[in-house]
Amino acid sequence: MTGKDFMSALSEKAKINMLKGLIEIRKFEEKSIELYKTGKIRGYLHPCIGQEAIPVGACRAIGRKDYIISNHRGHGHCIARGADIRKIMAELFGKSDGYCGGRGGSMHIADMDLGILGENGIVGGGIPISVGAGLSCKMDDKGNVVLCFFGDGAANNGVFHESLNMSAILKLPVIYICENNMYAISMCSTDSVACEDIGKRSCAYDIPGHIIDGSDPLKVYESVGIAVKHAREGKGPSLIEAKTYRFYGHHPNDPGQYRGKEEVGYYTSQKDPVTNFKRRLLEEKIITAEEIDKIEKRADEKIKDAVIFASESREPDLKKFLRENKQD
Amino acid sequence: MREIEYREAIREAVTEEMDRDREVFLIGEDIGVYQGAFKVYKGLLDKYGPGRVINTPISETAIIGAAIGAALTGYRPIAEIMFIDFAALAMDQIANQAAKIHFMSGGSIDVPLVIRTQGGVGKGLSAQHSQSLESWFYHIPGLKVAMPSTAYDAKGLLKTAVRDNGPVIFIEHKMIYPVKGPVPEKEYTIPFGKADIKRRGRDITILAYANMVLKSLEAAEEMEREGVDCEIIDPRTLVPLDIDAIIDSVKKTGRLLIVSEACRRGSVASDISARVTEKAFEYLKAPVKIVAGLNTPIAYNLALEQASIPQKADILEAVKSIIKK
Ligand SMILES: Cc1ncc(C[n+]2csc(CCOP(=O)(O)OP(=O)(O)O)c2C)c(N)n1
Repeated sequence: MTGKDFMSALSEKAKINMLKGLIEIRKFEEKSIELYKTGKIRGYLHPCIGQEAIPVGACRAIGRKDYIISNHRGHGHCIARGADIRKIMAELFGKSDGYCGGRGGSMHIADMDLGILGENGIVGGGIPISVGAGLSCKMDDKGNVVLCFFGDGAANNGVFHESLNMSAILKLPVIYICENNMYAISMCSTDSVACEDIGKRSCAYDIPGHIIDGSDPLKVYESVGIAVKHAREGKGPSLIEAKTYRFYGHHPNDPGQYRGKEEVGYYTSQKDPVTNFKRRLLEEKIITAEEIDKIEKRADEKIKDAVIFASESREPDLKKFLRENKQD
Repeated sequence: MREIEYREAIREAVTEEMDRDREVFLIGEDIGVYQGAFKVYKGLLDKYGPGRVINTPISETAIIGAAIGAALTGYRPIAEIMFIDFAALAMDQIANQAAKIHFMSGGSIDVPLVIRTQGGVGKGLSAQHSQSLESWFYHIPGLKVAMPSTAYDAKGLLKTAVRDNGPVIFIEHKMIYPVKGPVPEKEYTIPFGKADIKRRGRDITILAYANMVLKSLEAAEEMEREGVDCEIIDPRTLVPLDIDAIIDSVKKTGRLLIVSEACRRGSVASDISARVTEKAFEYLKAPVKIVAGLNTPIAYNLALEQASIPQKADILEAVKSIIKK
């Protein structure tokens, strides 16, 4: 099956679902920034606004039994994979009904029922773990695959090389998805990466490499689909570099002064995955403005409900925690 | 005397050493335009340029390796590991390389290297950004370990670290960066292995370092109102450790409480307790007590987070229980 076949197999309903995903992630992140600023959420929060098309496109290209591995900017991955936003929000509030019972916070959401093997606070920390998840899939021999998400910054850590090489020699079903949003905190990927495209590093491991526009969920869906098929056929890993942009600072307290206004203006106006995909579906007459409106309202309600759920959730049981960790 | 922030004191030490010695340079993540995750290097890129303020990719092993290699060949790098938690990624270079080269070469090779990093709990950063890992470095022969609790100490110790010919792990605490303290304008250095008595007292010795010094000082104020006179001793460097000063204080008070934010198991606190007990048992009126972090990863939730490390109330309770004996 080629990329074209994948795309034609994608129904209008599936495309509308993708738009729902994009909108939900965008709104969730906007709400979490707002709540961070009012002090409801503490610690580090890394919103993925601007990058939504990657998790949405990628997660639609895999099945129920597959796995994903996320990073510190991981809410989008989890939501696209079907995680319960009420439980994510409760975790951001540090509450007992959160995914980690309030122990993990924004950077450590995991849901084994959905094959979400975890976000990570260590940049690149999930990349070697993907090798083991891939190994399990290979040993199980059921055709399952692993999507491993990480940033351009993570691609410069030594673990990237060890893991891709090992996955390649063992022909593991892992799809490495590098979300190149051009910055690792303040360092621009043109300064931090020696070659022009991280995707080109696939040559070093003799695996397929894809370099794609990460603002387009259909492009992401297509390349991930091709890589997943390759992996399911036992042919080993692929590396996908999705070019993208984070619209805001590294976290809500980062004004992002290391980026030029023009650059930010270009991406936010030309490469907004939500706006662009809306426009596209309208142009293709797949959806009407009223229907989009409904989707947005529905997303607002869901998020409102998640905030209420999080607010009403109990604090973790401190006494129990102390009992479990009693020192003598 | 003027008062400046802990982070400013560190910056002053770096600046003075860079001005004094052209061989000193900085290397690390987000230390250029970003000025460091805690803004310690404010203005330094402008002042020294990218040749001496080397901003790197997220490559902890290569950062430390680069610093070691430069140190072997004539320079005096100050490498930064943004969070002590990330030192785990560079541990071969730190523990097997930097720490061993001088010894393995029969003492013929020096590694004049400073690794600045920061640790500790307090900002809701959860398990991978809140650890107190000083015992890892304390345990490895060949490394020196400094852990300043005040702006004054940070400046004086960092200057000494830069001039030291061996690898120094310089561990700052994220909660102390904005804390102001008196720092003289005139140049000074603080020798390694010399403890500082942060508060004089007769009844009990409290040994604390880093942020626990600040918490212990608060507790001591409160104990004073109850008629108990605490002496607070801050070793400032864990390696070398000023064990004599600790023992002298214990001889005077007859009681020792060690307060440490790090998990208790395998901690520096446990080791100091053993050393004092061996050397000064006959002076102790009560068993040495340790108030330390719980043996747990740090949680995100504020209440769980704070319950995992010593609080003023824990220190007060411990002091009272020792005094009673
Ligand atoms: C090993 C490690 N080094 C440094 C950091 C601090 N840090 C957190 S996020 C980040 C930037 C990551 O960049 P990238 O992988 O491109 O992801 P992005 O934040 O752009 O999504 C850095 C340096 C860390 N968490 N872990």
